[in-house]
Amino acid sequence: MSDTAFYTKDLSVFYGEKQAIKKVSITFPERQVVAFIGPSGCGKSTFLRSLNRMNDVIPGARVEGEIRIGGRDINDPSTDVVRLRQKIGMVWQKPNPFHKSIYENIAFGPRYHGVKDKRNLDEIVESSLRKTALWDEVKDRLHGSALALSGGQQQRLCIARSIAVQPSILLMDEPASALDPVSTAKIEELIAELKRDYSIVIVTHNMYQAARVSDKTAFFLMGDLIEYDETQKMFTNPSNRATDDYISGRFG
Amino acid sequence: MKARAADRVATGVIIGMASLIMLVLVGLIAYLLFRGLSHISWHFLTSPPQSIKAGGGIGPQLFNSLYLLILTMLITIPLGIGAGIYMSQYAKANQLTAFIRLVVEVLSSFPSIVIGLFGLLVFVNLFHMKYSLAAGALALTVFNLPLMVRVTEQALNGVPREQKEAGLALGLSRWKTISSIMLPMAFPAILTGTILAAGRVFGEAAALLFTAGMTTPRLDFGNWNPLDSHSPLNPFRPAETLAVHIWKINSEGRAPDAPEIAAGASAVLIIVVLLFNFGARWLGRAIYRKFTATK
Repeated sequence: MSDTAFYTKDLSVFYGEKQAIKKVSITFPERQVVAFIGPSGCGKSTFLRSLNRMNDVIPGARVEGEIRIGGRDINDPSTDVVRLRQKIGMVWQKPNPFHKSIYENIAFGPRYHGVKDKRNLDEIVESSLRKTALWDEVKDRLHGSALALSGGQQQRLCIARSIAVQPSILLMDEPASALDPVSTAKIEELIAELKRDYSIVIVTHNMYQAARVSDKTAFFLMGDLIEYDETQKMFTNPSNRATDDYISGRFG
Repeated sequence: MKARAADRVATGVIIGMASLIMLVLVGLIAYLLFRGLSHISWHFLTSPPQSIKAGGGIGPQLFNSLYLLILTMLITIPLGIGAGIYMSQYAKANQLTAFIRLVVEVLSSFPSIVIGLFGLLVFVNLFHMKYSLAAGALALTVFNLPLMVRVTEQALNGVPREQKEAGLALGLSRWKTISSIMLPMAFPAILTGTILAAGRVFGEAAALLFTAGMTTPRLDFGNWNPLDSHSPLNPFRPAETLAVHIWKINSEGRAPDAPEIAAGASAVLIIVVLLFNFGARWLGRAIYRKFTATK
């Protein structure tokens, strides 16, 4: 088995009075893909967003329990949240490139984190775009607007943007659910490539997608973690009745 | 069939209303230009007014209006954008911020003559600024600040949350995310607010009567020392603006050509406002394109 990248222990998330995540403990293996599945409102996105403290943005959100990345509890007051987020890339459901050029979308992060040399930046831009299989499609219009790209290209640009600041973890919140099947396939191929370098957590509505791309799968229901196991076992022989019902399409 | 008929009627009514507004606007501008254009000449635009004789110009007033605009915007824009950023991004949603928002709303609906009196009591008398451009600029700042704050706040609130999160997720600080990701996206809306605020500066008379004053000292346009009392750049001299001048000429002008001067000055005022509008929009579009790399 591979090493542990990070883990949560008894993690609870509240929105005001409402408890969205109920004491969930998960261990994430290094350089593998973990998929979160479950019906809408089950808390899987909330859980994902707590891993880089993105819930800080939401008024009234509160977290209890531990999230330990590299041994440190990221919710500790001494945590430098800006540093933390640099180490954790994030990709959203709807592609959200910055309203800037393709080049700037990628160069912006590294430049902010101290890469000033133009040649280094050029290299980062090229290698990030190559890793996301976008380079050949956009190399002739790097200084054109990122918004002129197709949805699938925009999403791959967003992935390139997040890996340009050299994270070790990638969080993906339904990264393909707004895309057409061809673009979806490209994103899935990309995930298979990226897991050589990154520990990936992906939230998905699509159970076939979870089965295709992930090594382990976690099934959430009403804020509870119902079952967490090797993907293959989850989809062929789940231990829990509710998991079986959900995966075989009896509800959700 | 009935639904279609109703649809057609509604469309007709709406088009009619829009046309009516267009007609009023075009008619108004055409009338002012028709009455005033014939009186506009280089001499009219550059020479000082005459109190009894005919042939006076509006040179100093035109300069005062433009200069007051610059002074006011120098104070209003940083303060308004700063407060707007605070209200939108930093202030917690509690009773205090709700109260601040209420104050801003109330302030923006104040009658301008009251703001003028406030300026007289506070800036002119209490702070001994006398009738001056500076006092006028501060009064207009009070007048315009609510608009700037609200526009900035709404423009930033209109930026999709995913854009902000994308910046934060890259490890950008909150300020960097606001200044480099959100403000450029909010820029067009903020610019529109700035143009509106500027238009009010050009057009405002009541708030300036007792602050910037109703007179202009003899100005020496070769003297650019901002501390000299005859320099046009001195912010502590009284300054009658174009709008105040129009009001004064119409109510107590004794020159025989007073009606023509008022008409000419009105046309100039309209033209300057239009020029400023188009110029600011053109410049704004150019800046926005540069920010966003759009063609």
